Amino acid sequence: MNDFSYTQAASAKEATGRLKDQAQAAYIAGGTTLLDLMKANLQEHPQLVDINLLPFKGIEQTKDGLRIGALERMSVVGEHPLVVQAFPAISQSLLLAASPQLRNMASIGGNILQRTRCGYFRDAAFPCNKRVPGSGCPAQTGDNHNLAILGVSDSCIANSYPGDLSVALAAFDAVLTLENAKGKQRRVPLTEFYLLPGTTPQKETVLEPGELIVAVTIPTAAHTQRSTYLKVRERSSYAYALASAAVGLDVQAGTIRAARVALGGVGAQPWRSREAEQALVGQPATDATFRAAAAAALRGAQPREHNRYKVELAQNTLVRALQQVAAG
Amino acid sequence: MSSDLFPPADTPSPADNSRRSFLKQSGGILGLALAPPLVSQAERLTAYSKVVAGTTEFTLRVNGQARTVRAEPRVTLLDALRERLDLTGTKKGCDHGQCGACTVHIDGQRTLACLSLAVMQQGKEITTIEGLAQGTELHPMQAAFIKHDGFQCGYCTPGQIMSGVACVREGHADTDDQAREWMSGNLCRCGAYPNILAAVREVAGQPSKG
Repeated sequence: MNDFSYTQAASAKEATGRLKDQAQAAYIAGGTTLLDLMKANLQEHPQLVDINLLPFKGIEQTKDGLRIGALERMSVVGEHPLVVQAFPAISQSLLLAASPQLRNMASIGGNILQRTRCGYFRDAAFPCNKRVPGSGCPAQTGDNHNLAILGVSDSCIANSYPGDLSVALAAFDAVLTLENAKGKQRRVPLTEFYLLPGTTPQKETVLEPGELIVAVTIPTAAHTQRSTYLKVRERSSYAYALASAAVGLDVQAGTIRAARVALGGVGAQPWRSREAEQALVGQPATDATFRAAAAAALRGAQPREHNRYKVELAQNTLVRALQQVAAG
Repeated sequence: MSSDLFPPADTPSPADNSRRSFLKQSGGILGLALAPPLVSQAERLTAYSKVVAGTTEFTLRVNGQARTVRAEPRVTLLDALRERLDLTGTKKGCDHGQCGACTVHIDGQRTLACLSLAVMQQGKEITTIEGLAQGTELHPMQAAFIKHDGFQCGYCTPGQIMSGVACVREGHADTDDQAREWMSGNLCRCGAYPNILAAVREVAGQPSKG
């Protein structure tokens, strides 16, 4: 890891003001993603600004829904009674992620900003359009067994966000509050926060240099309470998803009134499937409906040689998640 | 000199000389000390408003003792413990947060020392495997690992024990399945998992069903 200067800030204004060079410096909260990437020489920053003292804390019900401060830790949010009771899928997405140690450390903002686990991105010996724009994408024909099949491009097939939380956030219409270096706040729906790779896979989010994630707000609804997050992995714990599904249903008298569906592990970004939701709403809560929704969700899949299995795996994952929620 | 510590020279004198306006305008250190209590005093006064660059000296509280460390900001807590403080019980496995061998407690929470910067741990209470026993009396988790033979090569053992202590304290070892899930951040290449589970479950109060 190359050396850097370190400083602590106590307010957003101070944090942004302390950045000598917004494009080069980095904020550090839990450090679990950042230090890992810096140790692997995938990111280099001459300056780290510690934002742990910023007041981006708290987990509370507001008129807009559940508001979670970006500096809250995964472990605290995952076991918080408000989250467990009203947003089971979000609690599960947190508690099925990483390990207890990492969850004690990692912040919600940092989780949202974690980067791909694509082996070609993470090994500087290989070309990678995300790391070195224009250098190529060996994953297209190489070992792509755990890479994305939805929203991918000829430039990049990485699941840019490999985690779990943002999949649940995408399903349940979460909105991020961001604050830039001038102190100006803006609200961005999570589904518009991540960018598809297209021809510019190096641009992963709409976050501007120096901008901070302040909080995430999730509207409360019947379908958030009746929800689940199902994660399929190569081992039973402590692994990234091969496929996952965040699902919420509002079922009345056997008919689906509202549905929320997002998939993880298969998309170039956390994959909200409005196609699946359309196939569910107004239909009876039956296996036939669930299978039709799963087929709709994967209709646009563009698998490569080693990740074709994900088309069926993701559909089965989604069907099982829908069955669980409908039964519960 | 840092403008965070001293008010600008042209700051006007308080008109009413009241304590309130004096504090308000003197800003800096006084303002800091009276700022909303979001964080502990210790945290705030150690590193706040200072740019740390190159090798500097700072204090870490490790196993109840104040220890002086000379290190660059990039030095991880793991390297500071092992290379600067001769506390080599904490092991370096993957050094990337994937194996759990470096697990320590920071303010009582199990944490990976390999992904923590030493400079960021000032004012916090760090407990390593060396701080677990009371003199010659082993911690119950250490004794349980010996009783159940919870290791083969022993390299992952300090991390397993630190994680196990926290796992029981968190209330996440009430069933075999729960303990397995909540211990899953600590890998054992020898595969001593059944015996590790037995040790953790015994300390949690119920012997493992295997």
